[in-house]
Amino acid sequence: MDDLTLLGFGPDGWAPLLLKGCLLTLAVSAASMAIGTVLGVLLAWARLKGPRWLRRTALVYGVVLRGVPELLVILLLYFGLPSLILSLAETFGWDAPGLPPPFLVGSLSVGLVSAAYQAEIFRGGVGAIPRGQFEAARAMGFGDLLCFHRIVLPQVARVVLPALGNVWQFNLKDSALIAVTGLSELMRTSLVAAGSTRHPFLFFGVAMALYLVLTTLSSTAFHYGGRYSNRWDRG
Amino acid sequence: MGEHLTFIGSVTAQLVRAVPVTLLILAVSGVCATVLATGLTVLSVARSPLPRLFQRTWTFLFRGTPLILQIFMIYYGFAMVPWIRHGFLWTAFRDPVFCTCLAMTCCCSAYIAEIFRGALAAVPRGEIEAGRACGMTGFMLLRRVIAPSLIRIALPSYSNEIIMMTKSTSLASTITVLDITGVAQQVIAHSYRTLDVFCAAAALYLLINAGLSALLAALERRLDVDRAVSSISVPPVVEPLS
Repeated sequence: MDDLTLLGFGPDGWAPLLLKGCLLTLAVSAASMAIGTVLGVLLAWARLKGPRWLRRTALVYGVVLRGVPELLVILLLYFGLPSLILSLAETFGWDAPGLPPPFLVGSLSVGLVSAAYQAEIFRGGVGAIPRGQFEAARAMGFGDLLCFHRIVLPQVARVVLPALGNVWQFNLKDSALIAVTGLSELMRTSLVAAGSTRHPFLFFGVAMALYLVLTTLSSTAFHYGGRYSNRWDRG
Repeated sequence: MGEHLTFIGSVTAQLVRAVPVTLLILAVSGVCATVLATGLTVLSVARSPLPRLFQRTWTFLFRGTPLILQIFMIYYGFAMVPWIRHGFLWTAFRDPVFCTCLAMTCCCSAYIAEIFRGALAAVPRGEIEAGRACGMTGFMLLRRVIAPSLIRIALPSYSNEIIMMTKSTSLASTITVLDITGVAQQVIAHSYRTLDVFCAAAALYLLINAGLSALLAALERRLDVDRAVSSISVPPVVEPLS
């Protein structure tokens, strides 16, 4: 069978599955990015304004999640979480739940790692705001929430965007590791295709090309996003 | 509880025996990647466009695709290429440790080259001009002026990259290498005690990374000019009369 048939849309072609894999990769990366942002903001807040025990916890979280291989985190969550849930369920006498869905576990584990990196970025972003602005806001009688909404958010969002673009690229590439849980995203699909057609060179090459398309498109998007958000800065 | 502790103890002992494999992959690919990155950096400032294009393409290719895919490409993909399969290269390419090192060298060299490139751009132009003015050319300029600045500027990012590399070595386990992660998965296959084993493995990685970052931070401090200068007696600066 020649390469074009294998990559086509015909009955023996892998194109539909590979494209579906692309979409799933994007979805997993987006989900983990979202989880990372929410948790990252909370962690940055904990590091900056939390009580001491919370500050310490956030610090330890960052050190651990940035020091342990992503693969290990994914494996730990995918294989470790069920046994933890099971033992919890036993203690409380609930019904044993089934295996958690790979999509959820995958995006959660990549998201947890992403959160550790994003927390550092947000912390740096807030640090870049001159102290005087906070004092001015306080003097104007702004509460914490209003200060966050009017002072912190608009400025941090702009400063942080390029760094978040980097994290997104890492998320996109880390999502390939979720293949070990059997979620049929791009990496897994190419692995299955390579195995069943015995054309690994072809399929891994195609997967590489597709990843390149994804990373290039998203870096272009972040580039224009950055230009747009800084449109007032150019003199 | 006692049984639990003995289990964790025996698992840790098993995992510790896999540490050399992880460190071997890290050391080999770390050294090779750094050397290759130096070459790529030289290419990136070449006068003719071809070497510059090569460096840009290299970076694009290896930073834009997941490392795990590169490892699979080299381990499974190249195995199907006839002239590798039947040539003398096969002895190397059938070894998963070699394949991991090769993939990590290529991938990380792209990242490190970008770090070096950024640092090179950050070396103050005045220093280079001053060196030229003192009559330094070529290699001497590089050794006395550019390299010392470049290393100091690049070191923090370089340390980060080394930590990233330590984490990446765990991908070797996906192509049957028995590194820390590989042994951990093997132990779990017998014992089904996922949490204990993975936590022990995570602790080992943390330990390695803590050691590495302490080493690199010490190096950074040692190279820090301000600190070094303050220990030498500096002649008092004569204020110009105003």
